[in-house]
Amino acid sequence: MADMRLRTMEKAGGPFLNHRRKVLLIIIGGIVILAGLCLWGLLMDPSRYAPNYGARLLAPSFAHPFGTDNLGRDMFYRTICGLSTSIQIGLLSALVSSIIALILGSLSAVFGGKLDTVIGFLVDLCMGVPHLILLILISIAVGGGAAGVIIGVAVTHWPSLTRVIRAEVMQVRSAQYVQVARKLGMSNWHIAAKHIVPHVFPQYLVGLILLFPHAILHEAAITFLGYGLPLDTPAVGIILAEAMRHLAGGMWWLAFFPGIALLCMTQLFDVVGDYLKILIDPHSARQ
Amino acid sequence: MNKGLLKYLTTTVLRMVLLLIAATMLSFFLVHNAPMDPVDAFLGEVTVSEEQRAQIAERWGLNKSPAEQYLIWLGNTLRGDMGESRTYHEPVTKVLGERFRASLLLMGTAWILSGVLGVILGIVAGMYKGRWPDRIIKTFSLILASSPVFWIGLLVLMVFAVELQWFPLGLAVPIGKIESEVTWAERLHHLVLPALTLSITGIANIVLHTRQKLIDVLESEYVLFAKARGETLKQLITRHGLRNIALPAVTLQFASISELFGGSVLAERVFSYPGLGSTAVVAGMQADAPLLLGIALFSSLFVFFGNLTANILYGIIDPQIREGGGIDG
Repeated sequence: MADMRLRTMEKAGGPFLNHRRKVLLIIIGGIVILAGLCLWGLLMDPSRYAPNYGARLLAPSFAHPFGTDNLGRDMFYRTICGLSTSIQIGLLSALVSSIIALILGSLSAVFGGKLDTVIGFLVDLCMGVPHLILLILISIAVGGGAAGVIIGVAVTHWPSLTRVIRAEVMQVRSAQYVQVARKLGMSNWHIAAKHIVPHVFPQYLVGLILLFPHAILHEAAITFLGYGLPLDTPAVGIILAEAMRHLAGGMWWLAFFPGIALLCMTQLFDVVGDYLKILIDPHSARQ
Repeated sequence: MNKGLLKYLTTTVLRMVLLLIAATMLSFFLVHNAPMDPVDAFLGEVTVSEEQRAQIAERWGLNKSPAEQYLIWLGNTLRGDMGESRTYHEPVTKVLGERFRASLLLMGTAWILSGVLGVILGIVAGMYKGRWPDRIIKTFSLILASSPVFWIGLLVLMVFAVELQWFPLGLAVPIGKIESEVTWAERLHHLVLPALTLSITGIANIVLHTRQKLIDVLESEYVLFAKARGETLKQLITRHGLRNIALPAVTLQFASISELFGGSVLAERVFSYPGLGSTAVVAGMQADAPLLLGIALFSSLFVFFGNLTANILYGIIDPQIREGGGIDG
């Protein structure tokens, strides 16, 4: 059926690469690049960025596109590995945060009343302490180390998404078709599965992807400050903290390339999230 | 002042106070949950007898229940005594007071700079919607919105301090000078780069907001009518644009204080600027509980002040709240 419709559309003379397909292609491309980056870092042989005292502080060249640091480590491979670490931490924390948001947001919308007030209070509380200070406090409470960073980033990114999900659920709940379904005697489960989940899930997915850049930047920031990940892990925050010490010597490549790589990656997540939003938004379907 | 606004203001202030108390409880709980023994952290390499350890623990009230300790801390804090910093061996209030002045100068400058520049750039972008100035400003803001503060700081440092040598590499005053001898010119000279970094990162939000708002206004029907009456673009912006943009922009700027604080922690770290942010990092490293709690309280107070101002402004701007009973009214 869908096949037939597609064929008639093509017969009607629309270009093959219409707006919708272009958007889809960009999303898939973005996800493939990010997944590839993550895998590349995971599977990389650590000897690629092992110290090599014969090649210290080299400026960028073909052999070392991002140059080398004071221990002769290749910055390109270290950066790739760092980005991969960031994606993994980002993935974990975005998942945890979004699940917290999903649960709290739905509870808040479904039960309303006192529970809604309490959850709203929690959201405000979490947003009231500056994010970085909260991350430092959590890192200390957990006892530092990688666990401190992961737990800290994972449990602090839910407030904004909680608000989004609460609003979405409230909106569907009061929609006429849901009211009608209820009047027709449909069970709560049926309504939840047929009406509420299909409406909220895409919003949740977009929110989840747009959480990534925040989580990744906060991970980099807290690592930069010296909390968390051990110093020999290739992480962008650590790389930049080390670069800071060599700045006065004019070693610009140590800070420039890793930072720009991080920036490109967060931008890519933003692009994927934004295009996904366009894809699921019915208003843009006919553009 | 009418009844609706008064009711809104009282609920807002009450809520903020409750939130502030909850925030201190949260910070207290987190700091006290740390697996590091505060006595060990305090003593470092020094070895003492069990008896002396017990005395220190007694003096700090460590043998009481967390709830009791919290109440004692809260009571002391309300009386203006926040304990002694274990890193600096000075009263927390004194340490915070010194750092706070430096931080306030930095954040205040960055806050005003990003607000003013942001509104101006946003208006320019909105005026030329879809043309090249708009595209440049918009792309630039979108990139800035997701770039790490500390990286921007490093770049700024590389260009202006290392290559061009226009500004010093860090700190708030020249090295080796006594506090009283430092001139304002020297202070400003040290302030430029950190403030620039901090304002660059805060600007994106306000630019995009102002741009959108101006575009909305310019596309409205009353502006179409004004155009038909023969008003120029400049008149349109000063008569209709600015009035609609100004207050929401100020509100947004107040609401962004939390991010500003987070940014200042990073910027201060990059420029070794001795403010609250860099102190927070040191306090965290040393597990200096009293100082950390003080910073958490101070920063929350800061954020709540910002949010409170934003909420009050909302109340004054939004006729629905002004006339009706509450936010949902």
